[in-house]
Amino acid sequence: MADNPSISRAAAVRQRSLGWGLRGWVVLVAFVLVAPTLVVIPMSFGAGSTFEFPPKDWSWHWYAEFFTSKQWLAALANSVQVGVLAAALATVLGVAAALALDRMRRGGGVVRQLLMAPMILPGIVVAVAIYGVFLRWQLNGTMLGFVLAHAVLGLPFVLTSVRTSLAGYDPIMEKAAASLGAPRFATLRKVVLPIIAPGVLSGFVFAFATSFDEVVVALFLQTPAIKTLPVKMYESIVLEIDPTIAAASSLIVVFTTILLFVPAVLRRKEQS
Amino acid sequence: MTAVATRPPALPQAGPGRERRRTSWLLLPAAAVVLVFFFYPLAVILWRSFTEPSFGVGNYLAVLGDEVQLRVMLRTLRTALIITAATLVIAYPYAYAMTLVGRRARSVLTLLVLMPFWTSLMARNFAWYVLEQRGGVIEKALAAIGIDGVVLLGSVAGVTVAMVQVMLPFMVLPLQSSMLSIDRSLLHAAGSLGARRPVAFLRVYVPLSMPGVLAGVSVVFIMSLGFYITPALLGTPQQALVAQVIGTQVNDLLDFAGAGALGTILLVVTLVVLAVLSRVAAPLGTSAAGGADRG
Repeated sequence: MADNPSISRAAAVRQRSLGWGLRGWVVLVAFVLVAPTLVVIPMSFGAGSTFEFPPKDWSWHWYAEFFTSKQWLAALANSVQVGVLAAALATVLGVAAALALDRMRRGGGVVRQLLMAPMILPGIVVAVAIYGVFLRWQLNGTMLGFVLAHAVLGLPFVLTSVRTSLAGYDPIMEKAAASLGAPRFATLRKVVLPIIAPGVLSGFVFAFATSFDEVVVALFLQTPAIKTLPVKMYESIVLEIDPTIAAASSLIVVFTTILLFVPAVLRRKEQS
Repeated sequence: MTAVATRPPALPQAGPGRERRRTSWLLLPAAAVVLVFFFYPLAVILWRSFTEPSFGVGNYLAVLGDEVQLRVMLRTLRTALIITAATLVIAYPYAYAMTLVGRRARSVLTLLVLMPFWTSLMARNFAWYVLEQRGGVIEKALAAIGIDGVVLLGSVAGVTVAMVQVMLPFMVLPLQSSMLSIDRSLLHAAGSLGARRPVAFLRVYVPLSMPGVLAGVSVVFIMSLGFYITPALLGTPQQALVAQVIGTQVNDLLDFAGAGALGTILLVVTLVVLAVLSRVAAPLGTSAAGGADRG
């Protein structure tokens, strides 16, 4: 016991400095995580009309192509529209369900598992199944079809994030509000919603990102009249060898990176 | 809503049963949408797999009796296993390092994991397409060290390499969250009792990290089994994986019954894996299915 302090000091020092082997491994893995994706950025400034990498000549051509092509812009607009509507629907359904599940004592677990199922089951099985039924209902190739399918896929994310924010919530506050005479709706609006607001917001963002990125179900539901951005990207590789996908990919990579890093940087500024 | 709102504030007396009755209707809209647009389609395709073209298990016998289909199944299982093992080996030291470094470095390492997680799946698959194509960076790099003529695009190897990278975040995140809860003083305790550091690590730390390992392994394995887009883009129909075959059957042949049979077999395998892993995980105080919530 006498040398305990020295052990813990040594441990503390060791905690801060990784061994060289481990350090090298971390750098390598970080490279593998990030570098392959970044290939799309130099690609997008290429001048050639193939997927050659690295490009021999440079140009803004594929950005100009992206922002002037009716097809690419329509795909982008469809993706944004489907994403916002699907996320909104998933958020409304998910918040209501999370509130109900939070108060259920029996059977809640089973229902929750069922609502989470869209996230766990293999995408291709889900896609083919939904496609089969939507063909009969004539929902394939419609905005409504995309929104419904993507809302189902986004629901688990809303459920999870709202449940997390409800974990720190004490139902007694609702009773306190009620005992002070607050009508039920006012309680919901002024007590419950502010507490779960961060969870609701992150659920919405997750659901939007899920929809915006979703390609398997979208590939089956698409028709020539309505495609989402990932579908257009898929086709530009498989059918057309159209380097505009490099510009589209770069825009998405830069956009999501900013979305991801800005909050982290802001938080750090606040702390210091 | 108004009926509820005008109810007198007698809530404190209302028992739990009352409370439940009052809020459980909030579950109905979500349940209805998921039932109609998710479980009903699954039920339909399951039904069709047993009834088209004729009633019975003909579609299943056709799959299980067809050497090509069986080979596809085995190839899919083998590929998913390789991907899972590779991501585990790559991710484990990374996740371990994440728990050792300071807060600031950890948030950087977390962001690095989250970046591909958030970046468009299509963008990443396109990047791999570019890297793996004939005359691409990987072929040139391998040629530079004396291995000539390796084109990964259009092979199961190419699919595997890309999917390992795509799946890495799903392995790192559960590993790291379970490692963060391990009390490192146990390692020092083992050391003070005479265990050498590698021994202490293997006998004390690794078993304690098993919940994270099981969660990560089950998520990655299950996702790999049913992954469609990477095999469809980087693979080849000659060495197809199950998801590709299902896609082709519906896209090219509109054979929902055959696709349904294959999909059902895939689902059963998935559920069996989940059940086995959560059975293994249960004594460890966590559920493998809980890990799947992450992704």
